[in-house]
Amino acid sequence: MNNNLLFTFKIDKSTSSVFIDKEFDAELSLVWDAFTKQEILDQWWAPKPLISKTKYMDFRVGGRRFYAMVSPDGAEIGWQIFNYTSITPKSNFKYISVFADKDETPHLPGANWDLTFDAQNGITKVSISIYFESLEELEKMIGMGFEGGFTVTLNELTSLLKTLKN
Amino acid sequence: MRRDIFQAIADPTRRAIIALIALQAMTPNAIAENFNTTRQAVSKHLRILTECELVKQQHQGREIYYSLEINKMKEIDKWLEQYRKIWETRFNQLDNFLATIKKNKK
Repeated sequence: MNNNLLFTFKIDKSTSSVFIDKEFDAELSLVWDAFTKQEILDQWWAPKPLISKTKYMDFRVGGRRFYAMVSPDGAEIGWQIFNYTSITPKSNFKYISVFADKDETPHLPGANWDLTFDAQNGITKVSISIYFESLEELEKMIGMGFEGGFTVTLNELTSLLKTLKN
Repeated sequence: MRRDIFQAIADPTRRAIIALIALQAMTPNAIAENFNTTRQAVSKHLRILTECELVKQQHQGREIYYSLEINKMKEIDKWLEQYRKIWETRFNQLDNFLATIKKNKK
């Protein structure tokens, strides 16, 4: 990660909320696309070695994204549905994310996500707020990200980034 | 039934009990005085907290005192820290993607 770019991460345990701010060295429209177009989302959304596989995505209010996290051996680890509830192009969108099974049956409750995009001098800041029903719901989310042996340490990441640069 | 620290702190009354006994060890009666609920309800919360190993009991004469297991509380923070790592990985991937797009445009 570029060290000059902001990355803050806060968890408020008393309200089961997560607040994330991240700056990207890219123009607003590109960052917006990275969060709202399935072909780009699938390239980065799943923490390695997991792969994000979007079955379909209909990015409009009332539409949804239905996707799975896939482990390196091809197993579908967890399905999730994003129900888009509000979209202000290139500025903000909101959705409710719920766990589901492969037949798209939701497992309530869900979490409320709120993403705000803001650009200044070619740097785009994304502010993400996630409101969970309880910390157990947050724990489930973490569990899903970690199944399939997700144990990337910062050192491994550093060397990976170097390889990519060369 | 599954008992873990997340279940322990999922309930607002249990969080309040944790805050109370973090300051000093207390008897169930002394704890119950702080809530508009029955002694039985407080006992149930204390039982769950005990099963989750977030509190420990100490017998002093006929009284039982409850106090907080500080190290167990720290486990929650460790677990939550992992969520930060997931996002770090995610954002690294996105940073790389954005850098590639930029390069290809030039």
